[in-house]
Amino acid sequence: MTNPIYTTELSGAGMWSRIIGRHKTLRLTDLEGGANVGMLLYHASERHERYNMPDTLKGQHIFYLRAPYCVHSDMGRLFASITADTVGWHDTVCGASDAKRVLEKYGERTFQAARNEFHRNGRDCFLIELAKWGLGERDLVPNLNWFSKVVSDDAGKLSFVSGNSKAGDHIELRFDMDTLVVLNTCQHPLDPDPQHHPRRVKLEVFTSEPPAIDDPSFTVRPENARAHRNTEDFYLLAR
Amino acid sequence: MSAFIPTISTLDPATAIYDHTVLAGDHWVYEIKKGQVLRIVDVEGNQAADTLFYNAHDPLDRYSACDTIQHQAALYLTTGTKLMSTRGNELLTITADTCGNHDTLGGACSRESNVMRYAFDTEPMHACRDSFIRGVQCWSHGLGKRDITCNINFFMNVPVTPDGQLRFTDGVSGPGFYVELRAAMDVIALMSNCPQLNNPCNAYNPTPVRVLIWD
Repeated sequence: MTNPIYTTELSGAGMWSRIIGRHKTLRLTDLEGGANVGMLLYHASERHERYNMPDTLKGQHIFYLRAPYCVHSDMGRLFASITADTVGWHDTVCGASDAKRVLEKYGERTFQAARNEFHRNGRDCFLIELAKWGLGERDLVPNLNWFSKVVSDDAGKLSFVSGNSKAGDHIELRFDMDTLVVLNTCQHPLDPDPQHHPRRVKLEVFTSEPPAIDDPSFTVRPENARAHRNTEDFYLLAR
Repeated sequence: MSAFIPTISTLDPATAIYDHTVLAGDHWVYEIKKGQVLRIVDVEGNQAADTLFYNAHDPLDRYSACDTIQHQAALYLTTGTKLMSTRGNELLTITADTCGNHDTLGGACSRESNVMRYAFDTEPMHACRDSFIRGVQCWSHGLGKRDITCNINFFMNVPVTPDGQLRFTDGVSGPGFYVELRAAMDVIALMSNCPQLNNPCNAYNPTPVRVLIWD
């Protein structure tokens, strides 16, 4: 890919939200190994339309995400396609940490005492960034957890798999719709590491070509091909 | 999977203070007071009862699939599961269950997702998220689509394999199977008795569910 049009680096437990236009690509890079990126997605202008975990999972018969699978909205359309992925397993079901559980797990570290090393949590980071776009608790739905792996046994018991993502691992999301991206780099809620240790992540945005109809993300499942057509129909009618 | 041992309730339907049948394709909205017990009965078997719960006094605090999963570090809902809210509060606890395996990953069907999942010509078919929308609108508080989040599917089996596949096998529930929940706070229950005809979640034949409440 060519040079990025935008680059930034998030500290551990950092937060970020921007609108990324369709056919642009966001690359997330785990700089230290063991990163987690909690992410929520909304249609840039029609913000009632949002990332939907159940539709993403049942539409693709999968419990986690990897390339070349897609991120579905709750309106039968696609937010993004995973076009590159050096990790291979990203959690979709565990949600975000909150203040109570961060306090129980890592103890108290206030801003007063620790300045910007204080303990943040995923839920508060989402709510802070959502508010800047006129969104709030009503819009807080199950989020993605990029770079983190959680597996289920036959009885449904979940286990966090440490070491899933290494320093330098990355994923790329090619956007199919103009999308409000809201993310933070707080630790995964089931990360058993007793140390508060959220990792740094690099964000880069590239311009990219519109995908062909036989793009692997649309051919991997017939559901994705129909969701892609629904997405194209939206822009056909709206523009 | 270890064999499921049903948890039987001692409550007698004759002493229930509320007894109502929700037809397939209908929505149902009702307030359950703290300490009351709600029983949902799969009357004819293999019927998905799509359900959401809200704090009756502040609907911004509502059922959260992720917080429920995170709290128990497990996917399926059965006796002992605490249904957690988005603010980390306990809404209800499952106190009896003769089915053994209730889903909270599969969400609710919608006309839009039916098109994505099955075919463009399924778009006119009645779907849960339309029922949920009418249900919250009837309850008022100015609620609407934004308030429809990832729900529970009582009596629906969506197994996840250790290698991460999601299956829609179903068939664990049967006629008369029930689940019982005790409210830990005043909650509003919002149910869509699922009208889906495109997959086995209702055995291709949606049927009524019965809801009973005890003090």
